[in-house]
Amino acid sequence: MSELTREETEALIQEVLEVYPEKARKDRAKHLAVNDQSIEQSKKCITSNRKSLPGVMTVRGCAYAGSKGVVWGPIKDMIHVSHGPIGCGQYSRAGRRNYYVGTTGVDTFGTMNFTSDFQEKDIVFGGDKKLAKLVAEIEQLFPLHKGISVQSECPIGLIGDDIEAVSKKAAKEMNKPIVPVRCEGFRGVSQSLGHHIANDSIRDWVLDKRDGQGFDATPYDVSIIGDYNIGGDAWASRILIEEMGLRVVSQWSGDGTLAEIEKTPKVKLNLLHCYRSMNYISRHMEEKYGIPWLEYNFFGPTKIAESLRAIAAHFDDSIKEGAERVIAKYQPMMDAVIARYKPRLQGKTVMLYVGGLRPRHVIGAYEDLGMQVIGTGYEFAHNDDYDRTIKEMGNATLLYDDATGFELEEFIKRMQPDLVGSGIKEKYVFQKMGIPLRQMHSWDYSGPYHGYDGFAIFARDMDMAISNPCWSKQTPPWKKRPEVPEASELKKVA
Amino acid sequence: MAKLRQAAIYGKGGIGKSTTTQNLVAALAEAGKKVMIVGCDPKADSTRLILHSKAQNSVMGLAAEAGSVEDLELEDVMSVGYGGIKCVESGGPEPGVGCAGRGVITAINFLEEEGAYDEDLEFVFYDVLGDVVCGGFAMPIRENKAQEIYIVCSGEMMAMYAANNIAKGIVKYANSGGVRLAGLICNSRNTDREDELIIALAEKLGTQMIHFIPRHNVVQHAEIRRMTVIEYDPTAPQADEYRALARKIVDNKNFVIPTPVTMDELEALLMEFGIMEADDESIIGKTAAELAAELAVA
Repeated sequence: MSELTREETEALIQEVLEVYPEKARKDRAKHLAVNDQSIEQSKKCITSNRKSLPGVMTVRGCAYAGSKGVVWGPIKDMIHVSHGPIGCGQYSRAGRRNYYVGTTGVDTFGTMNFTSDFQEKDIVFGGDKKLAKLVAEIEQLFPLHKGISVQSECPIGLIGDDIEAVSKKAAKEMNKPIVPVRCEGFRGVSQSLGHHIANDSIRDWVLDKRDGQGFDATPYDVSIIGDYNIGGDAWASRILIEEMGLRVVSQWSGDGTLAEIEKTPKVKLNLLHCYRSMNYISRHMEEKYGIPWLEYNFFGPTKIAESLRAIAAHFDDSIKEGAERVIAKYQPMMDAVIARYKPRLQGKTVMLYVGGLRPRHVIGAYEDLGMQVIGTGYEFAHNDDYDRTIKEMGNATLLYDDATGFELEEFIKRMQPDLVGSGIKEKYVFQKMGIPLRQMHSWDYSGPYHGYDGFAIFARDMDMAISNPCWSKQTPPWKKRPEVPEASELKKVA
Repeated sequence: MAKLRQAAIYGKGGIGKSTTTQNLVAALAEAGKKVMIVGCDPKADSTRLILHSKAQNSVMGLAAEAGSVEDLELEDVMSVGYGGIKCVESGGPEPGVGCAGRGVITAINFLEEEGAYDEDLEFVFYDVLGDVVCGGFAMPIRENKAQEIYIVCSGEMMAMYAANNIAKGIVKYANSGGVRLAGLICNSRNTDREDELIIALAEKLGTQMIHFIPRHNVVQHAEIRRMTVIEYDPTAPQADEYRALARKIVDNKNFVIPTPVTMDELEALLMEFGIMEADDESIIGKTAAELAAELAVA
């Protein structure tokens, strides 16, 4: 499919908006934009982080999802209690592919579901006594856990359980951190507020408690923040940072531990992967401890090299040399990957619809393969995300914020990309249209995609999806039956 | 069998809903009616005068002990007191925790499912917590529950505000279900021209003052003994007042969708009866110093 011009893209947006009732059209118009690289501030072209309209089939989650599912959940040596009725905990259990090492149920608990399993009487009489009891039981049954977080489900915010009092008391008794998190699902417009609330709880209940306690620091200590280790991403990133001569003191929350979070305020530089979900705590550490933070991008060799050099710029020459050494070592392997796949993928177009950082971060990796991202959008971004996206996307490409089911279908039908990168909810919709889709939340159970190791897998997976022969063999039954009678003949029969 | 009539008693906290309800129900029972009281208040004090007890074991209290409400049987939660009156308390949490409104919903659903409203029953009275603070306390006036609402009030400003607010709540459910306002019960506080005032308020709300209950010490004497006046001193004139109220309720046909008034109308009424004075707009928002300065100029 050839690229659309600015006018054509604008016309497409108008056409899609036409079906909405007036009020919805007015609202949705603000969330759709044609990219213009000359704009400095995204607020001039797109609105984000607003309440979704009912009926549009948004794919957003809730504040509980942002805290339990994203920020806290992957901390493997803590037990995360879903406080409230059973469903929230059960259906978020082991939902993301946060890889971790350890023995589940003994010293790591990542895939397990701990919940206070509310019944009527807990709503009516309050659940704080039950919470105190289950916290004591956890200590008895899982003595190797390092701490507990209490993830509030919706009813907790209504019935007013004093989870802070329970947490303080129990933490004192067992001498381990217990972190109450007020991430009731009805708060905010998406999972994004849950990230913020969870970040604040790390600030108030973990970092503050450890002020003044140190370890033997080196000038090369860094922390990886906001890598969720999907399919082993954080591990593929960590080896590069270590190879260039830095010491990764902590990595969270993917495959992360409580001790690593606690040590983070002593590092020299925070390396921030997912800006959206972890910028709050990074800013806090900058303000309080004077630790600078740097957003990096380990998707595709171009962005990796840029990021390695940007990281190295914060350190002395030995690290700068280290970065060059790492780049030089892996570049030939990357050249081989590109030599193999670029001829097959050159000129192919992609449309993305994901969350967090991927709608902008993976653009470079596609470009390394000769592909072009012609549309992108975020589920729960704020305008600082779009500020960062405008420069990454080509002029006249399409931006969609909190896209509705209808919009996404129409855009993709009309723009006919060679590949869609989105999630499980979108996957079969578009594959049934005959358009290949790779899940960019879970890497479609593949991965890692980060780092040099990840790029080889990324390239293979994208090629596998696009070049799969099934797409050319997919002719729907109605196109196979030219013998359908003409309307005039049908009339004769009647 | 006569059709079961379900009534809910609302009114400002402390106005005497529980005392009035129990005396009324005792009078109905004395007249041979089959009656049940459902207390919808976490304090669980809606049946003590009938049962001569401090506080009845409540549905939610027993459910918490048993594990869940499904583990209870009807006979666990229902007690029978004076005149064969069936008594149930919904119960709920102590102040400051949990959700009392949900307790009311759970308890009433339980009574329905367990068949507490049997065929012999002629009247059910729901005695509801003073202020309707959330959906749970509106449960008794939702579809298929209480059809007639009585508001207990007195000639005091806040009691009348509350009555008007409750009327607003009834309008909301009257349009979707069959609930109607059936009258104001004036539980006298011995204020001036109290009966005239409540009759005037009733008119504005589109309803009637169904009865004026004078204030009398015998009510307190009976209450100290955890009894209704009907049982403690059936010959007392006060007992006749409750009998009169009971008779009027049995014969009541005046069920309306109320016409709640605006704040200004209500205040005008209060001013007319000298309960409230007109605002002096010239002094609003002025400090003592400013007023003193103005006075000096004058």
